[in-house]
Amino acid sequence: MQRYSNNNDYSVQHGLMEAVMKKVILTTVAGAVMMIQAPLAMSGDLASLRGDNKLEVEAQMFEAKKPLQVEGGFKRSWDLQPPQIPHDISKDRVSLQENTCIRCHSKENHEKEKAPEIGKSHYMTRDGKELTKLSTRRYFCRQCHAPQADAPALVENTF
Amino acid sequence: MTPTSKKRVMMGFASMTLLFGIVLGIILWGGFNWSLAMTNTEEFCISCHEMKDNVYQELQETVHFTNRTGVRATCPDCHVPKEWIYKVKRKIQASAELYHKMLGTIDTKEKFEDYRLTMALSEWKRMKANDSRECRNCHNYESMDLEKQQSRGADQHDPHVWDAMDGKNPTKTCIDCHKGIAHHLPKGWEEAAKKAGL
Ligand code: HEC
Ligand code: HEC
Ligand code: HEC
Ligand code: HEC
Ligand code: HEC
Repeated sequence: MQRYSNNNDYSVQHGLMEAVMKKVILTTVAGAVMMIQAPLAMSGDLASLRGDNKLEVEAQMFEAKKPLQVEGGFKRSWDLQPPQIPHDISKDRVSLQENTCIRCHSKENHEKEKAPEIGKSHYMTRDGKELTKLSTRRYFCRQCHAPQADAPALVENTF
Repeated sequence: MTPTSKKRVMMGFASMTLLFGIVLGIILWGGFNWSLAMTNTEEFCISCHEMKDNVYQELQETVHFTNRTGVRATCPDCHVPKEWIYKVKRKIQASAELYHKMLGTIDTKEKFEDYRLTMALSEWKRMKANDSRECRNCHNYESMDLEKQQSRGADQHDPHVWDAMDGKNPTKTCIDCHKGIAHHLPKGWEEAAKKAGL
């Protein structure tokens, strides 16, 4: 909110008053419209993620799917696709303090852990400059890499 | 007094002292073991906020708190040896922790995080030195069914399981690979552990 108490110019104050009045009218109208519309929307076919279950009824339960464990990893659909994660990651934590993905996939440890090394592209800046450390752009692994479950696709994919 | 009655009084006195000593001993011994038992519970460990607000919260996210089979590992299961002599040794070390509690060494989240690496290193050192004895109170290479493990774990365990089956000492112990199994890891843990040879 702007403070205008120490502003003595009448026209400015007047303009402000006008603006406030306009807002009050607009809000009232919008409120009225919503009051009429809300019951319509509820009875209509607008579905939330919860489905069109009534509020007082329990949501439909889905079977929890286990993450797929695939030895050798998933095939990529194209060369530069971030490969999908072929193992359980429920225990992995990524925070300011720790990144448990790196402990297995880093340059130093990947051989010992029998894990594929993090791709070269992860050690580059946007301009293609090579870094000695993992690029900060690649710190949050799950931004690009996702674990997989054997579940029907939620949305059709024609890729 | 005749010498014989004097002897009798002496005897009586000696046996009274002995009896008293035994009773006192039982009370002290019982009390000692009782306090050992009292301080060996999860409630005791998390009765101070330093533990309750930090490590206990983190433990609750892990498989050792809730799991498919409903077996829970509590703080003393991993941190206090089961054998009496090792237990007493650990408890004596714990008095130093009480001293630091009074000093307030880790009484804020920030101080806890700052000091965490030091504490983690000392736990790793202890576990490495005793071949992860506390883990092995519940887990064992010999009882692992590699077929049932996911391949990532099975590949790593395989040589050690065979060593253990052959009665040889496995070259690696649980804590070599399972750091951070129950709590979050401190910043810079990997370099620090490597430097300390852990
Ligand atoms: C305990 C060690 C370990 C940890 C921790 C770990 N991984 Fe892996 N990861 C592996 C191993 C081993 C493989 C190879 C699996 C195989 O091919 O059978 C793998 C495979 C992958 C692949 C597939 C690579 C490819 O070329 O197909 C991706 C992607 C991946 N991991 C990402 C992650 C991410 C992201 C995290 C953290 C959330 C993570 N990993 C944590 C050991 C680990
Ligand atoms: C911005 C997206 C992005 C992020 C974030 C990211 N990656 Fe990747 N990753 C990719 C892409 C794209 C590829 C495939 C191209 C390549 O190999 O560089 C890849 C490849 C990989 C591979 C396979 C390399 C190979 O040669 O088979 C591994 C393993 C991997 N990433 C691990 C990780 C880990 C661990 C992290 C987190 C520390 C991470 N990635 C973060 C995009 C990402
Ligand atoms: C009180 C007994 C107990 C102690 C002590 C214990 N564990 Fe466990 N641990 C369990 C049980 C029970 C499970 C499995 C629960 C399940 O999957 O149903 C488990 C699971 C695990 C897992 C598998 C994690 C997963 O996500 O599947 C690892 C790794 C593990 N423990 C390592 C350790 C290490 C390392 C130590 C020592 C620091 C240790 N445990 C001490 C009882 C214990
Ligand atoms: C050489 C490294 C290494 C050693 C030593 C090791 N582990 Fe593991 N373990 C792994 C890896 C890698 C995994 C798979 C990823 C994970 O769960 O962190 C694993 C997984 C596990 C699991 C889960 C298995 C599953 O698939 O459900 C348990 C339980 C476990 N370890 C217990 C132990 C115990 C107990 C010891 C000591 C007696 C031990 N490990 C020693 C590397 C090791
Ligand atoms: C499954 C075994 C296990 C259980 C259960 C467990 N811890 Fe730990 N704790 C460890 C290990 C292993 C470390 C060494 C550091 C690491 O690997 O995270 C550790 C480290 C610590 C540290 C040092 C600081 C740090 O984070 O490294 C404290 C304090 C601690 N534990 C307290 C507790 C308390 C309190 C409980 C009960 C609420 C508890 N622990 C339960 C295994 C366990």
